Parts: sequence; C-alpha cells; structure tokens
Amino acid sequence: MPTIKTRPLTLVQEIPISKTSKFWDGLKEGKVYATKCLKCGKLYFPPVADCSNCRSSEVEWVELSNEAEIETYTHVVVRPGSFQHFKPYTVAIGKLKEGVKVLAWLTGVKLSEVKTGMKVKLIAKVAQDGNPTYEFVPS
Amino acid sequence: MRKVAVIGVGNTKFGVRNDVNLTELAFEAVKPSLEDAGVDTKDIQFMALGTIGAGAWYEEPLPAVVAAEYCGLTGAGLVRCEAACASGSAAFLTAYSAIASGQMDVTMAFGIEKMREVDTLTAVELIGRGGYYLWEFHNFGLTFPGYYALHATAHMAKYGTTEEDLAKVAVKNHKYGAMNPIAHLQNKITVDDVLSSMVIASPLKLYDCCPITDGASSIILASEEKVRELKIDTPIWVAGIGYSSGTANLSRRLRYSSLEAGVAAGQMAYKTAGVRPDQIDVAEVHDCFTIAEIMAYEDLGFCKPGEGPKLVREGQNEIGGKIPVNVDGGLKAKGHPIGATGCSMIYELTRQLREEAVPRERQVPMKNYIGLAHNVGGTGHYCYVTILKR
Repeated sequence: MPTIKTRPLTLVQEIPISKTSKFWDGLKEGKVYATKCLKCGKLYFPPVADCSNCRSSEVEWVELSNEAEIETYTHVVVRPGSFQHFKPYTVAIGKLKEGVKVLAWLTGVKLSEVKTGMKVKLIAKVAQDGNPTYEFVPS
Repeated sequence: MRKVAVIGVGNTKFGVRNDVNLTELAFEAVKPSLEDAGVDTKDIQFMALGTIGAGAWYEEPLPAVVAAEYCGLTGAGLVRCEAACASGSAAFLTAYSAIASGQMDVTMAFGIEKMREVDTLTAVELIGRGGYYLWEFHNFGLTFPGYYALHATAHMAKYGTTEEDLAKVAVKNHKYGAMNPIAHLQNKITVDDVLSSMVIASPLKLYDCCPITDGASSIILASEEKVRELKIDTPIWVAGIGYSSGTANLSRRLRYSSLEAGVAAGQMAYKTAGVRPDQIDVAEVHDCFTIAEIMAYEDLGFCKPGEGPKLVREGQNEIGGKIPVNVDGGLKAKGHPIGATGCSMIYELTRQLREEAVPRERQVPMKNYIGLAHNVGGTGHYCYVTILKR
C-alpha cells in the first residue's frame, strides 16, 4: 500500500534525579537504599522524597538488607528495541525482609531452577552500559 | 443525575489498515454511528476521543482535531482522553457524565488507534514503556507481555492454573473471531497451536497475546429527553460505571494473581447499577493476554478467586454457558486497537442487547438484557467497568 514516510524524530529525555541522588550514588557504592517517612514511618521502595501517605517531605535514607524471597517472575524473550543487545532476561519481583517489594532482574540461575518462594539476595551493581542498577542473585 | 442511553454505534473493520490514514479510519466508524442514531454531525455537542499513540505510533499529535475536521464535527467541544488501554472507556465516561450531569444532551465517545505505521520492534518498545519508565523500563526492559506474564506465573503458582487453561481462552476467542466479519484474526486455532507457538515472556506465548491492530469505534449517547424526541426505538441505557486505579510501580501491588483495580471497579459498577454478577447475560472483558481474561472472571465475581480455569474447562464462558464472554473474538481475535477497545466493547454489547448480533450464531440468548464491559488500562493501572441495560 502506498505511504509517505514522516521526517524522523529521535527522542532522548534527561530525567532530573536531584531529589533521589543519594539512591543513585548509593548504588555505585554497592548499597540499595529505601526511604522512610520521618513523620508517619512508612517505608518506600522505590525511594521517594515526598510521602504520599501523609505528604511530609522529610524522609530518611535506610539501607535495605539484601534478604528477599521471589514472589513472581518471567523470562522476557521478545525484547524491546533498546534492549536488543542483551540476551533474554528474567524479571522478578522479590519481597525484602523489611516488607517492601523490588522489581529487578534475577541473574545467576538457570530459568528451570527459578521458583516462586525461592530465597535470593538483592545487590547493587553498575551495568555494562554504565547504568547504576540492582539485581537479585541466588542466596 | 439524568438517565443516559447509547443511541448509535459504529465500528470499523479491525486489522492492519494501511489502506487508510487516521482521519479516513475515523470516518469509517463515525458515519455508521450517526446513521444508526438518526442524528447529524451538528447534533453532536462534544466528542471525547480515546487514543494513546498520538505522535508516537501514528504521526498526528492532535487526533481529535483532525478526525473532527474530516468527519464534519469541527465546532463541537473536543478532548483526547488517555487511560492506556482503557482510553476508550475514559472517553465513554466523559461523554456519559456530560449528559448525566445535565450539561449536555447528545455526545460522542470515540476510540481510535493506528498501530501499524511503525515497525513491530518500535511498537514493542513503545508499548513496553507503558508502565513505569523510570523504575521498570529503564534498567529492566519490561514489555507488555512481560507485565502480564508476571501475573500468569503468580496465578499458576497459587492456583495450579495450567498453560493449557490459558490456551483454551485463546481457542474460544478465535472461534468467535472466525464468526465475526469485523475481527482482525478470523482463523480458528487449537490448543496445540497455542502451546507450540513461540515464547514471548514466559509462560506467555505468541497465541496468548492479542495482536497489534488498527481500528476505530464510535458511540453516540443521548439524554432520556432526547431519546424520546428522536424516537429511538431501542435505547441501551447506561446502568452504572465503576472505575479505579492501581499503583504505578508493580512492586507496590498487594498480589499478582488478580488486578485490584478490576475488583474495585467491578464492585462499584454492580453497586451503582443495582445488579449482581449472576444477572449479567453477556460480558466483554479485557483479554489483552489469556491470563487477563481468567483474572477478569474472578475479579468480576463470575466465579471465586482461583476458579477461573474451572469456568474455562467447563465451557461456561461460551454462548449457552453461565456467562458468555468475548463472543466477538475479544481483544485476542477481534483485535486490540488500544484506544478503540473500550468503545468497541460498548458497540458489541449494544448490538447483543438489541439482539442484532452479526451473524445470528453469535447472538447470546437474553434473560435480563444486561451486559458488562470490563476495560483495563495497562497492567491494572486503570480500570473501568460499564453496565448496560435494555
């Protein structure tokens, strides 16, 4: 069918991270931080500068333990364009000892050995492409 | 709050529509809806248009404006509604509320999507970002099938649901799609076809996933007074609309075997309409993936949590069963032009309640003349449940 190709547009946005810079710097230091509201005590992961529960903006940074249990997972085979340079990856949601849950890749284990309920560790890392990130590895 | 009725509906052929541009596709739905209602463009006071690809998978950033011009609706109030895959329902709630509140008398809820002007890899990328870019896409490359696969894994671990249970949902929807002249996919499939199709995000395979589809659907609404004035012979009344939302971060959800927003929206709709789940004659639910349909049965109270697969195995979700679901092919076979789906659900329910399903073999026998549309945006990020009564 005949079509007209539009003029191309490349979009790259720069997301401000000043309010959570302690988190992103922390990953580079090997730490995974959560935030805790100083007013109502609610614990947040991902970390937030403002409490959606009581609307205070006074939070403290709490280093998470690394003990977690896998609640669910999937192995992503058909990957988006910007992830084509990675091999298929396993995304998991793990519940930390502290009660908060984290969504991250689960690495270092064969897919056939992944089970809901399995015990894993949450670790900080800097990815190959320089992105500070975190992932689950077997305990 | 005034009573509001659906008085006219139109729906395009769903599929790969590279024969038309956005505005030409819109015309294909608008024209029949006006004729069905017996009104002219000048009677439409407001059009709420649901779509999400504006400027992304199709080129026009102002779809309501260009569609209105092409269809002769310029001058009416316009707005574009975004609620991810529930944008069509958001448009419907907007058009409905304008009349129910007494502000307007005749409005249009319109849904449209053109997803095939970009290549598949780009489409996967764009749709995959429809969660939380910063915390789920940036470092972890979530895809839409991936989001629902997390739910399939959880449902299977909790209730023993099998891949075969999921496959049967796809088989049923293809059976009805094959009977529906406007469906994108009109091929019948078998459980083996589903189980042997390629893995997209485990455990979901190609045939567990709805296709990438183009299409539009137009719904015209009117007040009770206008229904009388226009002598509409089979108005379909909006009995109730329920709505809710889920957390943006999937990691902040309570559980992954159900969509909380679906449960809340359903309960609100039943309460507003004064109707029970067992009184629904026919339902349209959001089967973007097979697991989503099974969770919908449970979230909407058609069965207890965990018993969705039982409903599937017993065939209670077919015409003649306890609760016929997606007898137009659903998102799986009819197709899922994202912004159009919410309105297309209303289109199908309206035709079912009027007892004018095409062909007649797709007509659900009516007891109470009550239909339900369950439209989810994202992975339970948005949910709208609409109950219609004749």
